[in-house]
Amino acid sequence: MAFYRAAPYQKPVAIALVLLLAALPFGLTAFGQEFYIGFATRVLIFALAASSLNLVLGFGGMFSLGHAAFFGIGAYAAAICQQAGINEALIAFPLAMAVAGLFALAVGAISLRTRGVYFIMITLAFAQMAYYLFVSARSWGGDDGLPLLGRMTLAGVSLADDTHFYFAAFSGLTVAMLFLGRLANARFGRVIQAIRENETRMEALGYPVFRYRLVCFALGGALAGLAGALLANLTGLASPNLLVWTQSGTLLVMVIIGGVGYLYGGAVGALILLCLEEVLVGFTPHWHIALGLILLGVVLFAPKGVAALFGKKHG
Amino acid sequence: MTQLILEQALNGLQFGLMLFLLAAGLTLVFGIMDCINLAHGSLYMVGAYFVAAATQAADSFWIGLGAGAAGAAVLGLLLELSLFRQFYKRDHLSQVLATFALILIANEAVRVIWGAQPVMLNPPDALAGPVEIGDFFYPAYRLVIIAFGLAVAGLLYLVVAKSRVGMWVRAGAANREMTEALGINVQALFTAVFVFGTALCALAGGLLGPLLAVQVGMGESVLILAFVVIIIGGIGSIRGALVGSLIVGSVDTLGRALLPTLLRALLPADAASTLGPALASILIYLLMAGILFFKPQGLFPARA
Repeated sequence: MAFYRAAPYQKPVAIALVLLLAALPFGLTAFGQEFYIGFATRVLIFALAASSLNLVLGFGGMFSLGHAAFFGIGAYAAAICQQAGINEALIAFPLAMAVAGLFALAVGAISLRTRGVYFIMITLAFAQMAYYLFVSARSWGGDDGLPLLGRMTLAGVSLADDTHFYFAAFSGLTVAMLFLGRLANARFGRVIQAIRENETRMEALGYPVFRYRLVCFALGGALAGLAGALLANLTGLASPNLLVWTQSGTLLVMVIIGGVGYLYGGAVGALILLCLEEVLVGFTPHWHIALGLILLGVVLFAPKGVAALFGKKHG
Repeated sequence: MTQLILEQALNGLQFGLMLFLLAAGLTLVFGIMDCINLAHGSLYMVGAYFVAAATQAADSFWIGLGAGAAGAAVLGLLLELSLFRQFYKRDHLSQVLATFALILIANEAVRVIWGAQPVMLNPPDALAGPVEIGDFFYPAYRLVIIAFGLAVAGLLYLVVAKSRVGMWVRAGAANREMTEALGINVQALFTAVFVFGTALCALAGGLLGPLLAVQVGMGESVLILAFVVIIIGGIGSIRGALVGSLIVGSVDTLGRALLPTLLRALLPADAASTLGPALASILIYLLMAGILFFKPQGLFPARA
């Protein structure tokens, strides 16, 4: 894989996208399709979650199969914050990010000692542990999950309205993407990608490889925590199902079909997968078969993902 | 108390042997072809459904078991020839995506064919009752499973450890290129291993069918356990898979049975009742993380 560099047309495209997404809820309302505002919010949230995995997987080269744990912990952190009387998103969301990030730091500190397949499996094992802890925690709802009493407020503004909440998720994603874009071209991003390409050489050059990887892993965890906190607010529930390993698999699928190591890979993948689901559900109750066949087709015919068709990479 | 421990130890042995049937195929697929097969759990599920259907048709559990395993082997052959062959040379990401897609397809296909309700699979009538061992009763069917599992595990061990084909398989797992250079057709060997692994999967699914429910999604949870087993044992090692299965089977079973009681003796009742089940279900993952921490290649690494 080569280093990430923004394509020359990326900036105007990004600005156009931001404008389009900002206008989207008003357009939907004008055409009487308010239902889709919730769907669009879901896409934005999963775009954030998949992008956070893409930071770890695509830029850091760490194949984690436990990313849903950070996602789910963020959701639970938000719900627990609300139970504790913190209803302000500006406090609860950073707390959720901190909790998920710290958990990722601990998981990474142990997992990053292993390599290859063993890393995949040990991250999976930690995610399973987190899953079973939440399933058995009766004070947090156990199997049923922890419901939220309602959406939180953001800087005093209630997010109960779908459009308001859409903009909360939208700004979260925009800030995260700006951050990731800067990060990929900053010194830290360069070092992380260089480690992905040749760990031994970076070690020989004197870079603290383990620490760089660990920070990248924890950052990815924190961003996933933010996505989880948003999702808990959207659905009104922090459920242990968010931590099941198939959820990690779904996030992975999003990143892979979007394009591993492309800035917008995660977002594109989330959009494609969720839209596919939405469309296929309308056609047949057995849409999983169709989705599976499409994913197989992607592996066989577009192995680099969809973003690879648009983005540019330079050696 | 000793009676409880003895009974749970037998249960653990039985569970471990069934895990071995699953893990044996998985570890060889993984070890020889470096292919992550998340759909291995789906083969187990499909195998269990095949056995259930064949049992119903033939009205005999043992004929059903054989026919179901044979059917699963044919399915494995078709899958290997048509799809898996294309995945070996790809990276792990593509393999995960492709086999994840297969899980979706398999689950939904089973739901279409057999419906969403669990299918009942009854043990043979002669084995439905308990037998007396020493001073306690133990289900006869579970004893038969243990015997069956021991026989298959022993046979497999003999084949892999002592026969010429087994030597090729071990050589392929240790160093594929070198084995190919020595004139062994690893591709054909691997097709055989894959088919055999699928048949073992179906055997495990069929044997466990009367104890657990035969239902959609049964493969996913057991798949993770099988992965834990092969990671603990060392990827590509049959001996590792056997030891790993027995460790995971007994730790999981004994942990679930004894930990809550043990904790109640040590902690206040309230804390123990919350912590007990949680700790019991994460015990094997803790074990795996611990083993990987000290032996990052597993207990019996196939590649020295």
